[in-house]
Amino acid sequence: MASSIRVRATSNGDTTEVQALIQHPMDSGFVKDAKGEIIPPHFIQVLTFEYDGKPVFVADWGGGVSKDPYVKFAFKGGKKGDDLKVSWVDNKGATDTTTAKIQ
Amino acid sequence: MNITTSEFLANRRLVLKGAGVAALIGLGVIPFDVPQALAAANDKYPEEAFKQKNEADAIKALYGKTAEPSDKVKMDAPEIAENGAVVPISATTTLSDVTSIAFLVSENPISLIASYKIPAGTLPSVANRIKMAKTSNVTVIVEAGGRLYSASKEIKVTVGGCGG
Repeated sequence: MASSIRVRATSNGDTTEVQALIQHPMDSGFVKDAKGEIIPPHFIQVLTFEYDGKPVFVADWGGGVSKDPYVKFAFKGGKKGDDLKVSWVDNKGATDTTTAKIQ
Repeated sequence: MNITTSEFLANRRLVLKGAGVAALIGLGVIPFDVPQALAAANDKYPEEAFKQKNEADAIKALYGKTAEPSDKVKMDAPEIAENGAVVPISATTTLSDVTSIAFLVSENPISLIASYKIPAGTLPSVANRIKMAKTSNVTVIVEAGGRLYSASKEIKVTVGGCGG
């Protein structure tokens, strides 16, 4: 199965800019479906980016983050060809992990 | 020189943390693991903060203190969001020693949207997309040097994103 995480990390030699797009419903638990029944909450709680064994960015999310969430940040350092590890865990305990090469 | 209470407390916390690290090393834990162990303790998902309905309670649950408005916190957001389900918002700051950035929407059923931890070496700038139930004030909180700074802006929503 294809990963739920799409990451693009680009280094300009000084800093690495990271953009990530994740496929996830991000149901807040406040929305009703067509039958008028509440769709139970189902959202990513923690999204972590690791470089060189250390977290460079950690997102704590609630149900207020949009469906198929997008996030962008940048960190100092990071060499072209190096690995950036991305992983998430949602409120139901599901997880996904991927590793992207810095470009 | 004036040492304010919060600075004093922050220093005290650092001292306590240092003492903890020293104790762990003393117990024979490999020093390498210590920063990660500390990080893990700080990295706990703020469950309580994400349950608070109103903005002030969420900030209190997340940080245990209040924020002061600062023009050094910049928020880039639309004036009018046509679709409340996807509102692109980014925040950046010229403050130094930033440790976290959080986004809150006061009129949402749960005010806290996201809280980002910014380790040393990561730039204090983040972009994301959030849901808004209706027209509301959106607040960005920046934690820098142990203090909280904020910026707010009203965003008009024409179609809500929380099933309203």
